[in-house]
Amino acid sequence: MAKEIYELRLYIAGQTAKSATALRNLKKYCEEHLLDQYSIEIIDLLKNPQLAEGDQILAIPTLVKKVPEPVRKIIGDLSNEEKVLVGLDIRPRPSAN
Amino acid sequence: MPSKTLKNNKRSLTTLAKTPTGISGLDEVTMGGLPKGRPSLICGGPGCGKTLFSLEFIVRGAQEFGEPGVFIAFEEKADELATNVASLGFDLEKLQQEKKLKIDYIHIDKSEIEETGEYDLEGLFIRLGHAIDTIGAKRVVLDTIENLFAGLSNQAILRAELRRLFQFLKDKNVTAIITGERGESSLTRQGLEEYVSDCVILLDHRIIEQVSTRRLRIVKYRGSLHGTNEYPFLIDEDGIAVLPVTSLLLDKEVSSDVVLSGIDALDKMLGRGGFFKGSSILMSGTAGTGKTSVAATFADAACKRKEHCLYFAFEESPQQIVRNMRSIGLDLQRHVDKGYLQFHASRPTLFGLEMHLVAIHKAIRNFKPSVVVLDPITNLITVSTISEVKSMLIRLIDFLQQEQITVMFTALSLNNVIDQQTDEGVSSLVDAWLMIKDIEMNGERNRGLYIMKSRGMKHSNQVREFVITDQGLDLIEVYVGPEGVLTGSARETQMLLEETGEVLHTHAVGRKDREIVRKRKVLEAKIESLRSEFESTEEELNKVYIEEEIKRDVQQQNRRKMSDIRTGKKAAENERSQSSQKKKK
Repeated sequence: MAKEIYELRLYIAGQTAKSATALRNLKKYCEEHLLDQYSIEIIDLLKNPQLAEGDQILAIPTLVKKVPEPVRKIIGDLSNEEKVLVGLDIRPRPSAN
Repeated sequence: MPSKTLKNNKRSLTTLAKTPTGISGLDEVTMGGLPKGRPSLICGGPGCGKTLFSLEFIVRGAQEFGEPGVFIAFEEKADELATNVASLGFDLEKLQQEKKLKIDYIHIDKSEIEETGEYDLEGLFIRLGHAIDTIGAKRVVLDTIENLFAGLSNQAILRAELRRLFQFLKDKNVTAIITGERGESSLTRQGLEEYVSDCVILLDHRIIEQVSTRRLRIVKYRGSLHGTNEYPFLIDEDGIAVLPVTSLLLDKEVSSDVVLSGIDALDKMLGRGGFFKGSSILMSGTAGTGKTSVAATFADAACKRKEHCLYFAFEESPQQIVRNMRSIGLDLQRHVDKGYLQFHASRPTLFGLEMHLVAIHKAIRNFKPSVVVLDPITNLITVSTISEVKSMLIRLIDFLQQEQITVMFTALSLNNVIDQQTDEGVSSLVDAWLMIKDIEMNGERNRGLYIMKSRGMKHSNQVREFVITDQGLDLIEVYVGPEGVLTGSARETQMLLEETGEVLHTHAVGRKDREIVRKRKVLEAKIESLRSEFESTEEELNKVYIEEEIKRDVQQQNRRKMSDIRTGKKAAENERSQSSQKKKK
């Protein structure tokens, strides 16, 4: 599992403060936890609005983990590291939750 | 209605522009449609028809008004939706291919989503905006946006974004419908009504006495007049049909044209030779008096004139009516085959009264008949009370008169006095009222037909005997004589009696005539004999006179002779004069 490449997509809509924060946070976590094990694709829906349908994007910013399965979506500016790592299945879910 | 839109556009400075929904009846209730370019909220409990309602709005817009629409589905997938409404004849696939419709299914699965920090719903906006822009949509439906609340937990963001969403829709200048599940104490569970404040429509699905009725109410319509009642509506194979209950303005047009009843003798009883076009005729009578036959004859006559006739049967099936009417020489099947006659048979208990009315409305709108028959209206009472039936009929008659459709109701009256009230309840509404009464006499029942009333024309005040023959219906003048009104065999007997009397009478007269002739002859003979008697008497008398004269003459001569003899002088002279006298005689 550790060797698997994480395919991540970050959906944004223009260069907003939230998008910038999300991207910054994402890069930081990836460098820390998934070094050389990830690829990030940034999709700007303002440029490609038709792509929103495919991943059922509602909220901006949304981070979609396509691979490894299962598909997960994390919305928001990714400011909560713990939640992001759990969301990406890098850390096991807290059993209490 | 396009004409209404036009009117509204002309006055757009003063009144709200509206978008017609195309849902039959709703545009009348809302006086033109939903507010143009604004979001409207449709709320109601589960299964009340919200999704269908909004989908029909989109489909009608695309099909009838050339306004493409976007349907954002939060609950059902596009293909599920398409299957669900295929039964209504909405071909969503085709509309999508023609770029008139776009269905976007938005799936929110809470288990897939993790929320961290700040976000907004720009993605939804972009999708919506994209969908609107690609087909140039004028109409948008969000069904049901409340699902967002189930998928996302940050209420504060959601509410702020919703507010922005409605503003976004307004900016896009699309007419939108947002559906919402009915809440416990508020109109919608999430209080959507506070965001959408222009137009709120509440759908309801109620069951009264095991009969379900769907109702619609416009809770709010800012800046516009609207009907405030609860309007029943119907979901059937053609979609939704709303019935405006009280469009009761007495300003309909009237016609002086006449519609024939199909029974010549009946037409003759009416001053104008038939019923007025667009009038309502009540045909009441006790059981088995031939009400249905009259109604069928009426329908048959319309079909023969190549007019359309719609026959609502609440008692018998169409096949049954067709078969039964054959026995009186009416071939209704022929008209059905040619498309002039259409039957709508349903049990009164099939659904509520209002539903019947909606169904009748719809059938009439589709078929556009010039004559409608309802047989019998009394059966409707089984699902409701008399006063409700009456109010339904008021609305029906009103509608029919507006459409200039002549309608005939049949009503069963029972053999007592109370029933007359049923009749009267309706009879004040109708323009003409025919009544068939049983006339029971001499061990047989005959039918007597009266015209109780016929507005706007003279009519015969006399009862006619109503007979049903193999060739159809006819009215016969009843016998009115010293023995009262006679019908049936009593009438025939009386007529026979009269005929016999006539013959006897002529015979008697003849005999008397001859007697007189004879009497005259006898008299004349008597006169003749008397006259001859008189003549002979006269002769006798004459004879006596002459004899006496001769006697006197002879005496005189004798006297002269005597005196001559005595004198002896002038005897020769006297003798000469005497002889000349005799010659004279």
